[in-house]
Amino acid sequence: MTGWKFRARQLARNPLSLAGIIIIFIFAIIAIFAPLIAPTPEGHGNPYLIPRDGYSATPQLPSEEHIFGTTEGQYDIFYGVIWGTRSAFHVGLVVIGIIVVVGIILGSLAGYFGGVIDEVIMRITDIFLAFPALILAMAIVTVIGPSLKSVMIALVVVSWPSYARLIRGDILQVREEDYIEASRGLGASSARVIIRHALPNAIYPTLIMASLDIGAVVLSAAALSFLGLGAPEGYADWGQLTSFARNWIVGPSADPLRYWFAVTIPGLFILFFVLGWNLLGDAFRDILDPRLARR
Amino acid sequence: MGLRAYIVRRLLLLIPVLFGVTVFIFGITMFFSPIERASLYVRSARQMSNLPLIIETYGLDRPFWEQYGTWINQVFHGNLGWSAVVQMPVWDALWSFLPATLELAIFATPIIILAGIFLGSQAAAHKDRAVDHVTRVAAIGGWSLPTFWLGLVLLMIFYGYFRGLLPPERLSHPMNMLVNSADFVRYTHINTIDAILNLNGPVLLDALRHLILPVITLSVVDVAFIMRLMRSSMLESLGKGYVLTARAKGLAERVVVNKHARRNALIPVITVSGYVFAGLANGVVITETIFAFKGIGWWAAQAATRLDIAGVLGFALFNAFLFVLVNLVVDILYTRVDPRVRLGGVVQ
Repeated sequence: MTGWKFRARQLARNPLSLAGIIIIFIFAIIAIFAPLIAPTPEGHGNPYLIPRDGYSATPQLPSEEHIFGTTEGQYDIFYGVIWGTRSAFHVGLVVIGIIVVVGIILGSLAGYFGGVIDEVIMRITDIFLAFPALILAMAIVTVIGPSLKSVMIALVVVSWPSYARLIRGDILQVREEDYIEASRGLGASSARVIIRHALPNAIYPTLIMASLDIGAVVLSAAALSFLGLGAPEGYADWGQLTSFARNWIVGPSADPLRYWFAVTIPGLFILFFVLGWNLLGDAFRDILDPRLARR
Repeated sequence: MGLRAYIVRRLLLLIPVLFGVTVFIFGITMFFSPIERASLYVRSARQMSNLPLIIETYGLDRPFWEQYGTWINQVFHGNLGWSAVVQMPVWDALWSFLPATLELAIFATPIIILAGIFLGSQAAAHKDRAVDHVTRVAAIGGWSLPTFWLGLVLLMIFYGYFRGLLPPERLSHPMNMLVNSADFVRYTHINTIDAILNLNGPVLLDALRHLILPVITLSVVDVAFIMRLMRSSMLESLGKGYVLTARAKGLAERVVVNKHARRNALIPVITVSGYVFAGLANGVVITETIFAFKGIGWWAAQAATRLDIAGVLGFALFNAFLFVLVNLVVDILYTRVDPRVRLGGVVQ
């Protein structure tokens, strides 16, 4: 059995990682079929803006018309969480995609060439890593102006250094291997050696772990949105939907849990989305670390 | 290399990092025009008419490095600008909001360390049994929890459903009056410590009642993190020769786990204290905002949503300095705990 098939089988056999795969699969289905699950009303412009049922502040209880109820400002929660799944994938995939590309370029330059290039790139990563990530992201978003795009830019800026470092370490490990020497001896250019020989042998584990960080990225983005630094008001976004409920955590004295749906439902979507990726990530970590796998 | 030489070397290495950090923070403000940057120092509407004067004073229309020089000089003199949301200088805001945050950290840190280490080593000692599976799922769950949502749900239950059992903010109204009265000496501005020093039971109880939910919210993620790390570190330690020796010479399993395996397994946990600090720093912004617990995190979040740039950047700078220092202390501590680490930084 080849290594990859073996690993795939290991994943499917472990109940936790299997649960992770199923959760992510369900979210993918929701994102793809959002227009069918929560159809945009006729004549409503941008489908990512949640349709409103009036302008009253008080949330409406779940009903036939609004199966998860409405939150503050009469935004339909069901519509918001379904289309919010698309926003989550969008933010996660774009941010991770850019980080991986930046990380690979800078990390392999630093690892392969060493010397001054390595020193400069590593000292720059030191500067970024000197900040607690969310705080730096918050500062960046504040300065360039709150929006979903700013959140994505900020998350890229605060996250690329760790990936660049990981990939640099991977490259350093293979740099002295015979096949790299051989390729160099045959007159291959540095770019060719890096792209054709060093990277393919060095970075797959890092790439897999990076792709599973989508959950962490979405969680940070949701936190920034919750603080009011993300998408514009009314955009389908889980973090923002949660923040709408902040004034409604305590219901009227006869029924203190009256608005539970507005408080809990958007957060549950965030929780399960992140959980799915983390379950998968945890299983992969065990598989990729042979020292732990054997025990 | 001796310990002193090592510390000196590490301190010298900090200089370029801190220099880079300040250049970066100042560089961000270059997104703005000189007029907008001048307004970061403006304290009142009346001063807005003096913008040209402020630009002149701080040299805001000069070349980058010259401006940076003026700015860093101001920073060394404690002038980080004016925080509009709280109507005070950024430096004063930091010091006046810090005690509340310290109070959270004083309670959260021991919980994170003790709970994380205990649960993690229990999981490892019972690998693949029920305890292990439960803690594993709990750790991944805790790691995936949106803390802002956890805070809201906790408030909904313990403030809403249980009728104000565990309320938000730092103190209830009457206690707040009492604390600010002349009879109550504010030694540290940390409510619980001041209450103990003033021998005031009701204030202590009230402060603790307000601390329970924020401390839980703040700790969950870090407990999950330490727990997972402790588990794998402990598993590795349990497979080592010295554990086999300890078992072979007939020591009780409890002694083997607690003394021989756990002590060695603690070393990797110490090295991540820096991450734990970062987790706390990120966490206080969210936690304090939800619970209206007026510490530096609350202030920073207020500043961010109301575009109080000076406040946000001052807060970021403060955290970066603290984070760098924490990492330094962790590294020094590490060389003490693990004698195998030579001070050159190489493990033999």
